[in-house]
Amino acid sequence: MALEPSAQAALALHRFGLGPRAGSIAAIASDPRGALLAELDRPGAGQIAAGNLMTSGAANRAVFEFNAERRAKQRLEQARREAAKNNGDAAMAPPATANAEGDDARPMRPNPALPLPLQLLQREAKARVDAAIAADIGFVERLVWFWSNHFCVNSQATVEAGGYEREAIRANVLGRFADMLLAAEGHPAMLLYLDNAQSIGPNSVAGINRSRGLNENLGREILELHTLGVRTVYGQSDVTSFAKVLTGWTIIPTVSNPDHGGEFVFNKRMHEPGPQTVIGKTYSDPGVAQGRAVLADLARHPATATHVATKLARHFVADDPPPSLVEKLALRFRDTDGDLKELAKALVGAPEAWSAEQAKIKRPGEWLIAMLRATGLGGDIGRIMRTLTRLGEPLWRPPAPKGFADDNAAWLEGLALRLDTANVFAQRVAPRLDPAAVAETALGPLASAQTRRTIAAAESKPQALTLLLMAPEFQRR
Amino acid sequence: MIMPRHFPTRRELLAASGVLFAWPFVPRIARAEGRDPRFFTVILRGGLDGLAAVAPVGDPDWIALRGDKALRLDGATPALPLDALFALNPAMPNLHRLFKAGQAIIVHAVATPYRERSHFDGQDVLESGLPAPGRVDSGWLNRALAALEPGGRADARHARAFAVGPITPLVVRGPAPVMSWVPPRLPPVSDDTTMRLLDLYRHTDPALARVLEDRIGLAAIARAGGMEGAPATNIGPVMQIGGIQQVRAYFAEVTGAAAKFFASADGPRVGALAVDGWDTHVNEGAVGGRLAALLGALDGAIAATESNLGAAWNDTVVAMITEFGRTARINGNDGTDHGTGTVAILFGGALKGGRVIADWPGLKTADLYEGRDLKATTDLRAVLKGLLREHLRLDDKVLAAAVFLDSAAIAPLGGLV
Repeated sequence: MALEPSAQAALALHRFGLGPRAGSIAAIASDPRGALLAELDRPGAGQIAAGNLMTSGAANRAVFEFNAERRAKQRLEQARREAAKNNGDAAMAPPATANAEGDDARPMRPNPALPLPLQLLQREAKARVDAAIAADIGFVERLVWFWSNHFCVNSQATVEAGGYEREAIRANVLGRFADMLLAAEGHPAMLLYLDNAQSIGPNSVAGINRSRGLNENLGREILELHTLGVRTVYGQSDVTSFAKVLTGWTIIPTVSNPDHGGEFVFNKRMHEPGPQTVIGKTYSDPGVAQGRAVLADLARHPATATHVATKLARHFVADDPPPSLVEKLALRFRDTDGDLKELAKALVGAPEAWSAEQAKIKRPGEWLIAMLRATGLGGDIGRIMRTLTRLGEPLWRPPAPKGFADDNAAWLEGLALRLDTANVFAQRVAPRLDPAAVAETALGPLASAQTRRTIAAAESKPQALTLLLMAPEFQRR
Repeated sequence: MIMPRHFPTRRELLAASGVLFAWPFVPRIARAEGRDPRFFTVILRGGLDGLAAVAPVGDPDWIALRGDKALRLDGATPALPLDALFALNPAMPNLHRLFKAGQAIIVHAVATPYRERSHFDGQDVLESGLPAPGRVDSGWLNRALAALEPGGRADARHARAFAVGPITPLVVRGPAPVMSWVPPRLPPVSDDTTMRLLDLYRHTDPALARVLEDRIGLAAIARAGGMEGAPATNIGPVMQIGGIQQVRAYFAEVTGAAAKFFASADGPRVGALAVDGWDTHVNEGAVGGRLAALLGALDGAIAATESNLGAAWNDTVVAMITEFGRTARINGNDGTDHGTGTVAILFGGALKGGRVIADWPGLKTADLYEGRDLKATTDLRAVLKGLLREHLRLDDKVLAAAVFLDSAAIAPLGGLV
């Protein structure tokens, strides 16, 4: 706590936000904590005005139509080719275009006509990046990123990853944990990602008729990852029972319903009938309400409070956060019935969260956005997504349901990749910038004398900028 | 962790970067002749040791000059014979094969008109095509393009397809419209930047320093060898940040992709790309070491170029050139310092190849430039003028007045194509 106010402001921008933009440090120097709290209170905080963005249901249907049309075209083309071959008419064969368009030639081509699923993904990604760059501090965006990673889905499993984040995460990011939990687990993206859409109760009508069965994936991950935490209060029978509770939580088939295909539906025919016991409590079976009741109890369970508090403190403060901080956060979670805005306030209100040491390495996405904010440059969304992929944090493509790792060890090895990235970025943009001014913007009083000297002694602008972007004070938060 | 006192400077160690620039037109005169020629130049930045690439194994003073660092025909890794006097570095079997097939030419004891030893000035002269360094804003290849009359757009489909590159080499800057393409792979960062960062981390952030050290490989070497106080010469070969595999892949990818573009019927016809990393002051490693690895990477790039050009190979000339050569003798760090005469490597199916072109100056001390460098007996401008005249059909007067300014006295070398 020995930091002077403007250093604390710079620290706040890195630790709780997405890094300073020009003037950010001065703007919040008089009251960094107050500025963070004010961002939470802003109307519409965390929401993206959805102009050109589709609801996840609409996106699902559009992609379904796109794929169907593409398949039809391919079949027609194939039939035409076979007809041509049978006629022995070589002139009918389509012109060879593969020549200049092999894999290596691909970067030469722009993307005027990305396939629809990629267009939708890029649109969602751009909205997310724009929000991150536009934020004054970025505390709420960081909370969105945190919760989105906590309740992660994978855009390769579902076209709706972007819509999911807006509909399930952003909509509740400063609301109640129970609501976010329900929105996430009942969202088609999650039901697809964790296979619940096809989970069928063995004694349900569909189960008896089709001899297909239960899929425990979602039930287990909710207990292990989203609520109670691994090795806590549940066992295999709880997993099985909970999975049965969740049977019937599925998706309207798009093929048969052009208006609502892809949206959530509770399908009673797939639902395991009868009461289930989960963690010592028996839930009767009124249908979809059975699952809602279990989720509501999970949201309120003390193990969930501790699990969430630990993850939040680990994300913002340190790999091994002070136990007193975790306890404070868990207590606030319990006392407010999982009010996530109150939880965020408790975080910035805790002295433990303000230690001068920058204990955490930024994740690649945080670092990349901080680079763009510090230099005042926008970025091409395709390039940003490729860079994230190269740095090991491809947007909405976590390696597993656990999400991207949140400890330093996982990201340290990527340091050399960051150096290559910073170098290329600096080569491209440094001629337009004054590295010393960028350092003042990005670090201000946080910059050590050694870092300042190193930047000043660089032999070129690109080198100076590279060194700044790689400096410990900019890599850490 | 004690660092050796000598920190390698910017261009002393391996780094590679490359951008392809291309002219989107077919030269008109060539097209009228029914040809569709391709030309591109590869700038080897840092000063290639021509004697390590192509050794004068038949010169009686050769072995005495380089001692155990000399390439030789009877070494453990024998050099690849080219003619009675010269042999190619064994790391370049593809170039050797092309030479034997009459599709490669080595020009030896060649240099630009620049006779000082600054990389930056030397590269300015190499790329600007002017007789001396100074303020320049255009390169010879761009001015050559400006002088060529377009015979129709080559890239009707791909006109807007090239991305803007991060660094435009001087050789293609200027009035003619060029497009650039940046390979998807990142060029490795320079070692100097890495060493500066490492120094910062060592003073401020041991955890980050450890990661970077491991990455560089220094820590392992120091632990194994007790590096404290050891001479700097021990660290050379392990200082490659990206590792030679990365550089090799990068070279092949960049040149291979460039060749694919050039092969395409409506692709570009003239281009340039730059590759850093030839500044071998420490532990040069001409045989089995770092320079051998680098030359091997270049050889892989040559092979990728050939195979990816397909039928267009027969219409192609590639010129690999560098700002200057290096000292004839080995320095105190088993490396070589900035010198003068070096080689130009030409290859492509359009060449009348299989020859080493050299007015050989000899290697006795009295024969060396200022008693230290291979003397330059051929002006690189003559070589390039010869190629531009015969391959792209640029006019002598234009070459002397607009492309290589004030070079009327330097006659184009004939018969290369």
